[in-house]
Amino acid sequence: MIKKKIALAITLAMTLGIFSGCGTGSGGSSSDEIDIGVVTPLTGSVAAFGKSARNGLDLLQTEINDKGGINGKKVKFIYGDDENKPASAVNVAQKLINDDKVVAIVGPLTSTCANSVAPILEQDKIPMVTGTGTNPKITQAGDYIFRTCFIDPFQGTVIAKFASGDLKAKTAAILYDNGNDYSKGLADNFQKSFEKAGGKILDSETYNTNDQDFNAQLTKIKNENPDVLLAPDYYSTVGMIAKQARAQGIKSTFLGGDGWDSSDLFTVGGDAVNGAYFTDHYSSKDTSKEVTTFIDSFKKKYKSTPDSMAALNYDAGKVLVQSIQKAGKTDGESIKNALKSYSGTVVSGKITFDKDRNAIKAAVIINVKNNDFDFVKKVQP
Amino acid sequence: MEFLQQVINGLALGSVYALIAIGYTMVYGIIGLINFAHGDIYMMGAFFGFFAASKFNLPFIPTLAIGMICAAVLGVAIEKIAYKPLRNSPKLSLLITAIGMSLLLENGSRLDFIFGPDYRTYPSNLLPSQIIKIGALRLDSLHLIIILISILLAALLQIIVFRTKVGKAMRATSFDKDAAALMGINIDNIISITFAIGSALAGAAGVLVGILYSRIDPYMGIMPGLKAFIAAVLGGIGIIPGAVLGGIIMGIAETFTKVYISSKLSDAIAFAILIVILLIKPSGLLGKKSNVKV
Repeated sequence: MIKKKIALAITLAMTLGIFSGCGTGSGGSSSDEIDIGVVTPLTGSVAAFGKSARNGLDLLQTEINDKGGINGKKVKFIYGDDENKPASAVNVAQKLINDDKVVAIVGPLTSTCANSVAPILEQDKIPMVTGTGTNPKITQAGDYIFRTCFIDPFQGTVIAKFASGDLKAKTAAILYDNGNDYSKGLADNFQKSFEKAGGKILDSETYNTNDQDFNAQLTKIKNENPDVLLAPDYYSTVGMIAKQARAQGIKSTFLGGDGWDSSDLFTVGGDAVNGAYFTDHYSSKDTSKEVTTFIDSFKKKYKSTPDSMAALNYDAGKVLVQSIQKAGKTDGESIKNALKSYSGTVVSGKITFDKDRNAIKAAVIINVKNNDFDFVKKVQP
Repeated sequence: MEFLQQVINGLALGSVYALIAIGYTMVYGIIGLINFAHGDIYMMGAFFGFFAASKFNLPFIPTLAIGMICAAVLGVAIEKIAYKPLRNSPKLSLLITAIGMSLLLENGSRLDFIFGPDYRTYPSNLLPSQIIKIGALRLDSLHLIIILISILLAALLQIIVFRTKVGKAMRATSFDKDAAALMGINIDNIISITFAIGSALAGAAGVLVGILYSRIDPYMGIMPGLKAFIAAVLGGIGIIPGAVLGGIIMGIAETFTKVYISSKLSDAIAFAILIVILLIKPSGLLGKKSNVKV
């Protein structure tokens, strides 16, 4: 009898626990603040990206509110952790829309999550501005989806042209994540551009997300002996690839995309990543006024140099905030129209949107040298 | 040359699966339970070793020892808390409990005050990786060390099981639990020892993997745990040499699939092997056909 009573009590307690997950969010813009949702990977395989993003946006929030907010109302960024998993991203986005009643969303940060969230926001008519999702499919979801960075077809072409033109590479191999929209898209685009520039892809291998052992694929690539090896994935994975590749004796120069940009690259990859080249959105060594002002404010607040993720999310937030300011109203339709006609200069350059709501921006080439990122050159679209 | 290189890659991967599979097979042999939480004990071993190496700056052998000992303690604790009370319950209850324990370990260690959800990187100075050149073959010393340590541990286990009194008791218990009890063997102790040994081996695998790949996270035990389980079934569940054989076959099969078929199928091949072996020879490669006793 006692056991049954205890069991009943525990079951009751667990059932009550279910309800603790229900939203307690206050309304979005009816009070004297404007709530903007942020979907970003604060934990998980690319947590360093999410943390940079949050730093950038917190800085922006302080700056905007110190100057009086948006049309007198304070702006508040409400963060949701998508763990770089598409299913979590959807949950988090829905909670932000339904419980926290946000007027717009910055992010998601990664292309895979952005692709899963975009259709939902389009359906709910909530504007979405991703500062870092580079897969072309994202903005195809609809009119309410914007991106303030370049897209992978452009990025792939930049890397390919640099490899073939500057590095004089004739042969290449690719090792990419088949389950990751960003990785696959960038690999495809590089292949097309590299072959168009006259190069030859000797081998193209894949691995699964969360794989840690690439030795089988790398042994195969080593025997082809390509001039360059493209690893279009995030810092946490490419670090391991670089390490294992060098351990096997692969001498090819490594190439990568913007997913390489994180100081954690060296924690995972050690010395193996030095000598690589990757495309990025901005370089902290750029000397333009916007970049130096941003770097100074960031350093003052966080005592460290901001990376691309911090800068891009800061930019995405800024573009959104300035558009809401211009629109004067906080309904989805007005914000969307203000975004469409946006024109301004932010940290990563001048932003205007083309007919697909993608930003027309330049890319930079970064050389990984001596455990630091060196600026090589800027490539205009 | 490339073929030989791939064989080494496969053997290193297979050794890890073998170490984990031994734990699965031993526990099944003794109490008929597929301990789904075993893959997560491998993960915990990796984390225990990580803290030993990074917080206390211990060198390789003490780190390995701590990983193994802490994993063993954890395994015994889990057995006492979750599985012992259900020893006379239907096997299904045990299975569900094991799955629940697995989820508890994974999501519990994600909590900030335990390990946190971010991945950790093993200190790189534990076992410096050296490249050994034999002709045109380039071998990573870490791979060889993993293979050697696995062979060593498996051999040690064979000695314990076949040449010591405790081993005899373990074999007797797995043959017939009740008869062994009647003969004066302390079943509780034997079961605890079995869990301890199995978990220690999984912990060792965790530390070795942490050193080889550097990166560990709370979910790293899911896939290897599943593949090691398939390895145990492949070799004959309940038979220790079978687990080692199964592990090596799984490692080589996965490597060769990545190279010669398609890297997209590397996970799928593991499950295909499971289906095939259950259809063709369900008792496993080294298993004997057993008739259910009336």
